[in-house]
Amino acid sequence: MTMPGIEVVFYTGAIGLIVIGMAGVLMVKNVFRMLLALVLLEAGASLLLILSGFRETGVAPILLSGHAAGQLMNDPVPQALVLTAIVIGVGIQALALALILRIKHRYHSLDMGEIREQMEHDIAVNSGVVSPASAQSPEPGGHHHG
Amino acid sequence: MRNISSLLFSGGLAFLLLVLATQLPFGHTSMLLGNDILQAAPDEVGTGNIVAAVLLAYRGIDTLGELAILFTAAASVGLILGQRSNHSAKRDKTITESHFITSRASDLMMPLLIIVGFYIIFYGHLTPGGGFQGGVILAIAFFLPVLTRPGTTIDHGMITIIEGLAGAGFIMIGLWAMLYGKPFLQPFFDTFLGNGIFGSLWSAGTLPLLYLAVGLKVGAELAGLLVTISEAPAAEVERT
Repeated sequence: MTMPGIEVVFYTGAIGLIVIGMAGVLMVKNVFRMLLALVLLEAGASLLLILSGFRETGVAPILLSGHAAGQLMNDPVPQALVLTAIVIGVGIQALALALILRIKHRYHSLDMGEIREQMEHDIAVNSGVVSPASAQSPEPGGHHHG
Repeated sequence: MRNISSLLFSGGLAFLLLVLATQLPFGHTSMLLGNDILQAAPDEVGTGNIVAAVLLAYRGIDTLGELAILFTAAASVGLILGQRSNHSAKRDKTITESHFITSRASDLMMPLLIIVGFYIIFYGHLTPGGGFQGGVILAIAFFLPVLTRPGTTIDHGMITIIEGLAGAGFIMIGLWAMLYGKPFLQPFFDTFLGNGIFGSLWSAGTLPLLYLAVGLKVGAELAGLLVTISEAPAAEVERT
C-alpha cells in the first residue's frame, strides 16, 4: 500500500469545504449561520481554483534576484482570479450582513421559517389579501418546514 | 425530508467534484496562457510580481469592474443601514469607556498599521501584496479607534472624498494611457516617468500609481463598510 499523494489532501480539503458550505446553506435554519456557510463555500471554491494552477516544483510567480533563470512558476492567472473573487466575496458578505441586520431589526428573529411566515403575512396585508386585524397572529405553519 | 434531499444533493456534488478532480493531471496545469504571461510579463509590464501584472495590465478592465462591484456593495450597505443620526445619541449613554490597555494599544498600533499598509501598497509590484491587501490593512488602521472607543466615529464625508478621488484617479490614469496611443488602462513607461530599473521601487511605469489608487479606494470603502455596520442600531437585539 502506498501513501496517498499530497494532491489527495489538497483536493479533499477544497472539495470538503465546498460540500460543508453547500450543506450548510441548504440545511441550516439560522440566516447568519447560512452566511457563514456561504463563506466556507467561497473558500473551498477559491482553493479549488488555486489548485488548478499548481505545479509540483513551482514557486510563487514573483521574480526575485535569488531565483534561477528558468525556475518553474505557478500559473499566475488563477491567483489573480482568486484575488478578484475574494474581494468581491467580501463585498457580498458585507451586503448580506447588512440585510441580516435589517431583518433582525424588523422581525426580531433569525430563523428562516419565522422570517418567511412574518414576511408572507406582511406581503398579504400590504397587498390587501388579508385584513390586518383578522390575521394578527401568524397562522400555524408546519407545512412550511416540509 | 428537506434535510435528506439536501444531504443527497451535497453528496452528489462531492461525488461529481471528486470524479472531476481525479481526471485532472495534478501538478501539470493544462492552461497555456499562464506560461505566455510568465514569459512576457517582465519585459512588457516590468513588474516582479506577475500576479500584479495580470491583475492591472492584462486584466485591468476586470479590476475596474471589481472596484465598481465593491463600490456598489458599499453604497448598498449604506442605503440599507442608513438613518444613523437618531441612534447615535441613544448609544452614547449605554457605552462605557474601554480599558486603558486596549485604548493605548490601539493608539500604538494605528501608525504602525498605516505604515505597513502603505508599504504593502507601494511594493505591490515587487513583493507579494498590492492595493487590495494594503487597502484592507489601512481600513483596519482607521477602524481600530472605532472598535476601542465605541463612541467615536469616522467622518463619512472624508471617506467619500478619498474614495471618489481614488476612483477618479484610477480612471484618469487609464485615460492618460490613451493619450499616448495605448489601450485604456494599460500601464505604460517610456514617458517622463522613465523606465526605472527592474526590481526597484521606481519601475513598472504607471502600475504603482494604479495600485495606489486601488489601495486607497479599497481602504476607504472597507473602512466605510465596517463603520456603517458597527453603527447599525443594535439596541433592538436585546429586546428578543
